[in-house]
Amino acid sequence: MQLQCPMPKLDFEVITLGHGSGGLLTNRLLDSGVFKVLQNDILDKRHDGATLDLQGPTAFTTDSFVISPVFFPGGNIGELAVNGTVNDLAMCGAVPEYLSLSFILEEGLSVKEFWEVLVGVKVACELAGVRVVTGDTKVVEKGKGDKIFINTTGLGHLHPKAQIDIERVKPGDQIIVSGNLATHGMAIMSVRKGLEFETTIESDTCALNHAVLALLDRFGPAVHLLRDPTRGGVATVLTEIARDTGLGIDLQQRWLPIDRQVAGACEILGLDPLYVANEGLFIAVVAEEEAEAVLAHLREQPQCGNAAIIGRVTEDHPRKTVLTSSIGGKRVVNMLAGEQLPRIC
Amino acid sequence: MKFLSEYRDPEVARQYLDEIQKTVTQPWTIMEVCGGQTHSLVKNGILEMLPDEVRMVHGPGCPVCVTPLNLIDKAVYLAEEKDVILCSFGDMLRVPGSEKSLLEAKAGGADIRILYSPLEAVNIAKENPGRQVVFFAVGFETTAPANALSVLHADRFSLDNYSILTSHVLVPPAIRAVMEDEATQIQGFLAAGHVCTIMGIEEYYPLVEQYQVPIVVTGFEPVDLLQGILMTVRQLESGQHKLENQYARMVKPEGNPNAVKTLKETFDITDRMWRGIGVIPESGYELKPKYAKYDARLKFEVDIPEAEESDSCIAGEVMKGIKKPFECPNFGKQCTPETPLGAPMVSSEGACAAYYHFSGMLDELNSVEP
Repeated sequence: MQLQCPMPKLDFEVITLGHGSGGLLTNRLLDSGVFKVLQNDILDKRHDGATLDLQGPTAFTTDSFVISPVFFPGGNIGELAVNGTVNDLAMCGAVPEYLSLSFILEEGLSVKEFWEVLVGVKVACELAGVRVVTGDTKVVEKGKGDKIFINTTGLGHLHPKAQIDIERVKPGDQIIVSGNLATHGMAIMSVRKGLEFETTIESDTCALNHAVLALLDRFGPAVHLLRDPTRGGVATVLTEIARDTGLGIDLQQRWLPIDRQVAGACEILGLDPLYVANEGLFIAVVAEEEAEAVLAHLREQPQCGNAAIIGRVTEDHPRKTVLTSSIGGKRVVNMLAGEQLPRIC
Repeated sequence: MKFLSEYRDPEVARQYLDEIQKTVTQPWTIMEVCGGQTHSLVKNGILEMLPDEVRMVHGPGCPVCVTPLNLIDKAVYLAEEKDVILCSFGDMLRVPGSEKSLLEAKAGGADIRILYSPLEAVNIAKENPGRQVVFFAVGFETTAPANALSVLHADRFSLDNYSILTSHVLVPPAIRAVMEDEATQIQGFLAAGHVCTIMGIEEYYPLVEQYQVPIVVTGFEPVDLLQGILMTVRQLESGQHKLENQYARMVKPEGNPNAVKTLKETFDITDRMWRGIGVIPESGYELKPKYAKYDARLKFEVDIPEAEESDSCIAGEVMKGIKKPFECPNFGKQCTPETPLGAPMVSSEGACAAYYHFSGMLDELNSVEP
């Protein structure tokens, strides 16, 4: 969705240290941009903090976004910063409501780019149905940042039917992914300096709360655990679940949904899609008897058409995730020591 | 994915496995030379699908693993002390030098860039005329042509700020070194398909004859590997030793003549130090004297003392196939991919790291907590 948000006329074209000073320049920047684009009755009070009326169990999460490049195929850091925190709330089984939004801008950033990121924030907030109610803007010297860093913190009340808890994961539970793996990570990789390759792969960044909440409305307690496999990918989340439950996980390579272009790019770069980052994807661990119904339901949701069962929880091989390869061999899936690095040959 | 999925077909893989089972009557020890093949064998769970009689050992064909410690120290030194832009393939970055890895040097502020192509490093040199750009040119015959081409490009543009830090190694001398070791148990080889795509297969005939071993040029997909193993086992069972080409869809007998010509124009063959193994005669490339000005070792005065390797590491025995990774008392304990004591644990293609990452299922590993 593209919003019509013409950039305001300003008498400056780049962000300078003064825009983070808290003085006149800061106010001009905020008046022209942030408050107008993101306006709502709480933010419009322009107080140091927001006063909220929270009732019942509430989920609370925070995340920082330092992605490079700031603009990538399928989105920008603004959308990512909203979706990332919205999704973390959704993974708790919560209905995302309020966000804080803090910018750390690098001196010399063009106002045009800042504006595009702001519009990205606005679009993502509207799609997710959340409001930015408080925030901050700081500017660091040139060379001490990378254009824009964003921190968002989110609050949301728990869905009444949500019973998301790692302790509810049981042997026999089915592991469902909501869509294709590795799309976001490969979209970023395709535009990273020095590694560029031609492709039409776009990031899958999106708010997952609507799909998750629809799932909880219908299946409630049958959904035992939700996780979004961002950094470290699906493999890392599954190894964490195996470690934290003391149970084993069986994973079927042939069942992993991956876009052909993404799979091809992973092959060429020597990367394992299981470890590549995702942004618009979640993993649901669901009761065995409801798994097929959950899958059918998910596939009806926008963004989840490629949902698939990819494995199951088992009492065999405790604390280990074991993948059955496409030819039927078995291997253990472990956490990586660090970021996946492209191989020589 | 066309040209890939058919080589990952479970039914075809099963047929090859059945055929290997039917053919084998006694134990055989076969080495896959290339780290890419080790990676694929372990990643696809092939090792545990093979009959017990077929013992695969993992050769020295992991370029990251065999790059000498001293050269990594030199790369770190150039990046930190000489203010060069050091460009490298990604998986070299995590390899520990005697004091630090390139990744740690980068964290400390050194300008180190991960590239896919050395030609990109030439572009960086063009864009930064005021700075020296060094490409860390490691790898086997597969990566050497592109690195050679980068020197030719730099020469064409008369760039005086581009050079390469070479540690190119060659497969046939490594096979020779494995067979010359008195302790070797290797009875057959899977030769590295991609190396032969470049170099052709001619240089393997003398090895087959001299050491009386079957060599099968083999690809990297599961079905390729199973077919290559079957071809080797068939030769062994019938007492034959010949050179066969399983990877004929890629490997022509003459290789890639343009690439070979570029290599010959740019490099001379030289003795080369292999980490964990030692010096193997005539086993690497160095730039010809006429391209000496593109040789980072000559261009920058880098006198780094040879660092001591950990003496508790059995890398040499692992890379020659004399011992399996889990036969090392340090495996998975003091020595892990985060804290490698030696070469084969540093890259995912190294035998130890491949076992560490993927083979938790093997009985031998059950006592090791990853």
